[in-house]
Amino acid sequence: MEKNKVSDLLTQPLQVINVGLESFAVELKQQNVAVTHVDWSPPAGGDPKIADLLSKLGT
Amino acid sequence: MSATIINDVRRGFYLDSVALMRFSRVLATMDGIEEAAMMMASPSNRQIMADAGLLDQTSAGAEGGDLIIGIRATTPEAAEAARVQAEQLLDQPTSSTGDGARWRPKTMRAAVKAHPEANLALISVAGDFAAAEARKALRKGLHVMMFSDNVSIADELSLKREARDLGLLVMGPDCGTAILNGTPLAFANRVSAGDIGIIGASGTGTQEISCLISEGGGGISQAIGVGGRDLHEEIGAITTLMALDALDRDPATRHIVVISKPPAAAVAAQVVARIAASSKTFTVCFIGASGWQLPANATFAASLKGAAEHALGGNKLFAEFNADALAKPAKGRTVTGLFCGGTLCAEVQSLFLGAGEAVMSNAAISGVENLSTDPRRHKIIDLGSDEYTQGRPHPMIDPGVRDKALNGELDDADVGIVLLDVVIGFGAHEDPAGHLVDSLGGQTNGQTILIASVTGTDADPQNRKGQIAKLQAAGVLVAPSNADAAELALACLRLGG
Repeated sequence: MEKNKVSDLLTQPLQVINVGLESFAVELKQQNVAVTHVDWSPPAGGDPKIADLLSKLGT
Repeated sequence: MSATIINDVRRGFYLDSVALMRFSRVLATMDGIEEAAMMMASPSNRQIMADAGLLDQTSAGAEGGDLIIGIRATTPEAAEAARVQAEQLLDQPTSSTGDGARWRPKTMRAAVKAHPEANLALISVAGDFAAAEARKALRKGLHVMMFSDNVSIADELSLKREARDLGLLVMGPDCGTAILNGTPLAFANRVSAGDIGIIGASGTGTQEISCLISEGGGGISQAIGVGGRDLHEEIGAITTLMALDALDRDPATRHIVVISKPPAAAVAAQVVARIAASSKTFTVCFIGASGWQLPANATFAASLKGAAEHALGGNKLFAEFNADALAKPAKGRTVTGLFCGGTLCAEVQSLFLGAGEAVMSNAAISGVENLSTDPRRHKIIDLGSDEYTQGRPHPMIDPGVRDKALNGELDDADVGIVLLDVVIGFGAHEDPAGHLVDSLGGQTNGQTILIASVTGTDADPQNRKGQIAKLQAAGVLVAPSNADAAELALACLRLGG
């Protein structure tokens, strides 16, 4: 039987990908949480519609 | 003499809204600067800058991925000095995660490749792009916490359905608070560990309840945020039901608190049926509702404080607090509430309504009038709502949004009492009480009664006791909870006649 993924989240150490406010990543690091901060910028030249489409295409 | 406006555009240059707010503040305090802002050139931000009289033709071609520097100054020299300062700020190294010059991934895909053990994506990009990032995270097998707001309900539904099919949680959008496995995420507090789980469609509601439980000697097993619309009919409580299943299975959780605005009837029926099927006990706090039909293992709480007390087994919190003993007579007829926390704002509306007071709000709960100029009604404002936060960080990060409103209320002789929340913890401003006291000029004016409560704990980075001491030293009356602050305001009104 497949293990329950939500129960896993609640019982295993958090490992975080942070996308957006860098201060959140800083605070998680200070709490010794493993965090990778994405040096993000708006994809698709800042066009949300194209960015949305690309995410649906898996790119 | 007319003002000088200077714009500069950096093509394809991104900084997050908090970093840009800090830089904008530096420019705004320079000599001769009337107004200054640095913002990503999204349509909504461009409108905000245009409304503030900060745009000229130079920025007309800027697109969503570009950054605009907008400066309005009394002289061309002052404007130019600010422009130079802005360029220097943007050119300085920005990483504060301690990564230094180390390579950093630029996409979700690259981040997951570099960190394959990751199990959660925390997303706080602008709402226009948040759904796309959440979708990428789900397809990489990550649970998602979406702090971002301004995400369409259609996107929310599609993400939550996809997540449910994958067995993954989507907390949010507009999910401000979570504590997972002892780790506070985004706006959350360092509370004691314990056996009470929280499922919250409200960020500040979850913060207030978790802190009150911790203050009362209890502790939190998990606090799962679901987003403010999860119990709306369109979403059907997808995340709430998944969280209920998870906490029901969790051996570390004995009692579960569910907090939300009153849900749609059909959704409430589903949630109540799921609660009835559980062997655990529940506190259900639908802020703004006066009661709710619940199964035998659940109890309704009308306030955040009441919910915390019930979760603690009925122990009365702050029994020593006596609002009547602390109250002073109000000199003006009405109360103005200026709240950073939406649910704290709703709780005060609910308590004022219960006391028979006439209330209006920009975030009105059932029974409260929408905001108007009616001078007889108490005015309870949510400063975290869209009209105050478009293009700028939430007031819990940038409490400056309250300064102007507060000064206006202090000048109004009809306003006898101003009621405030000070929310601390991770994610929040480093010293909101100090900021508030500074904006008062160090002391209250002696005419208007200021009443506040501090949501947080002594283990938080800002330290609750220290924040309370700063407020009290400035003449602010401090109550031990938001509900007690409302009681104190009502007691001051009664004394004022």
